[in-house]
Amino acid sequence: MLTKRIIACLDVDGGRVVKGIRFLNLRDAGDPAELATAHSSSGADEIVLLDISATHEKRATLLDTVRRTARELFVPFTVGGGIRTLEDASAIFDSGADKISLNSAAISTPELIGEIAQRFGSQAVIVAIDAKRTDDKFHAFVHGGRKPTGKDVVEWAKEAEKRGAGEILLTSMDRDGTGKGFDCELTKAVSEAVRIPVIASGGAGSAQHFAEVFDEGHADAALAASIFHFGLSSLSELKQHLRSAAISVRWPC
Amino acid sequence: MTIAIIDYGVGNLASVKKAMDHIDADSTITSDPKVVSHAEKIVLPGVGHFSATSSLDRSGLRDAVSESIKRGVPFLGICVGMQWMIDSSQEASGVRGLGLWPGECERFPASVKSPHVGWNQLELRNGSSRLLREISSGSFVYFTHSFRLPLLKTTVAECEYGGRFSAVVEQDNLFGVQFHPEKSGPIGLQLLRNFCSL
Repeated sequence: MLTKRIIACLDVDGGRVVKGIRFLNLRDAGDPAELATAHSSSGADEIVLLDISATHEKRATLLDTVRRTARELFVPFTVGGGIRTLEDASAIFDSGADKISLNSAAISTPELIGEIAQRFGSQAVIVAIDAKRTDDKFHAFVHGGRKPTGKDVVEWAKEAEKRGAGEILLTSMDRDGTGKGFDCELTKAVSEAVRIPVIASGGAGSAQHFAEVFDEGHADAALAASIFHFGLSSLSELKQHLRSAAISVRWPC
Repeated sequence: MTIAIIDYGVGNLASVKKAMDHIDADSTITSDPKVVSHAEKIVLPGVGHFSATSSLDRSGLRDAVSESIKRGVPFLGICVGMQWMIDSSQEASGVRGLGLWPGECERFPASVKSPHVGWNQLELRNGSSRLLREISSGSFVYFTHSFRLPLLKTTVAECEYGGRFSAVVEQDNLFGVQFHPEKSGPIGLQLLRNFCSL
């Protein structure tokens, strides 16, 4: 049976892993390559590395980080943050990533989704959507959550799929870093609207939150960062909890 | 004498190479038919679209692979590389596979999400597989694909997702895997070790 995936996310800035609350107050959490290997051996089904600074000067550092991280990692590895062109994506793939995640650039140049999918395959293209609730709707934001796009999240996810995205990485900005649980309503709305897998993100604080987003949110995968770095819960504990809740996960791992 | 990892202009060959390096297998990424002809073993990786395999025809790599296979050289097709081993795929009508076994790759039914992405289980068929030595039924491996091989006589492991399909095929010196051993953790590395030590 196809299992629900647990994805460990590393937010990196200038070659170090950091984690903030609602995109602010960054704390240092270690070396990306070391953390990726540690998460993988303790049971993470995938690793995502997000370059949260993505400034021009730090691009070289990022590629080096990707290379170092990929070297001893034998589970799927995604890199996102600041990818604007086919050339940017190529450089990331050449450094050892299996998938790239597009966010701002997918909104400003939606053709890029298709261009990358055509060259590297749809399975290699994740479209990341940062969603915020306003009234009874979900709106997509870009630039680290600072800029509204005017796009409805569900409509944008459907368009991304049509343009060739292989997966949707859906982050609830309202829940990100709060540890109050994933936004199941948001996740369900998107998961039911598209045929491609949806990765839920933002708000993980306990094992029960993961069970909820798989059951109620119909997520195909769930992503979390700080819960793993600071040892709030071990991956094997998390997976044992999910198994006892009759959710199928890769086990043993 | 080495393992040739065939580069036909698509896919992430670096991760296959990295996995080979990790298990201390001597391998080289190549698009030269001569290098392929002299290789001790051949790996054809592949992600992306079936139509990309048509470049194997133009470059002379198809002939090099066919001849090596006839001489008994072990061949491993991964993902699209495995799909290429049969006649054709619904993904690219008119593009010819190697036709080692009759059959056509098909889409997943509309009842399940596609692509099939993630960790799923191998169900081993009875009989001994050299490629799956020390790998047990129920092991999890990482898949990412939109098309799949039907069940064949040469299927040695099946997978279930919107119906059953071939996860591993094997006959004599011919091996194919639909999943990505280079991305399937310790189980995947064991499979590559098995192939390299044939």
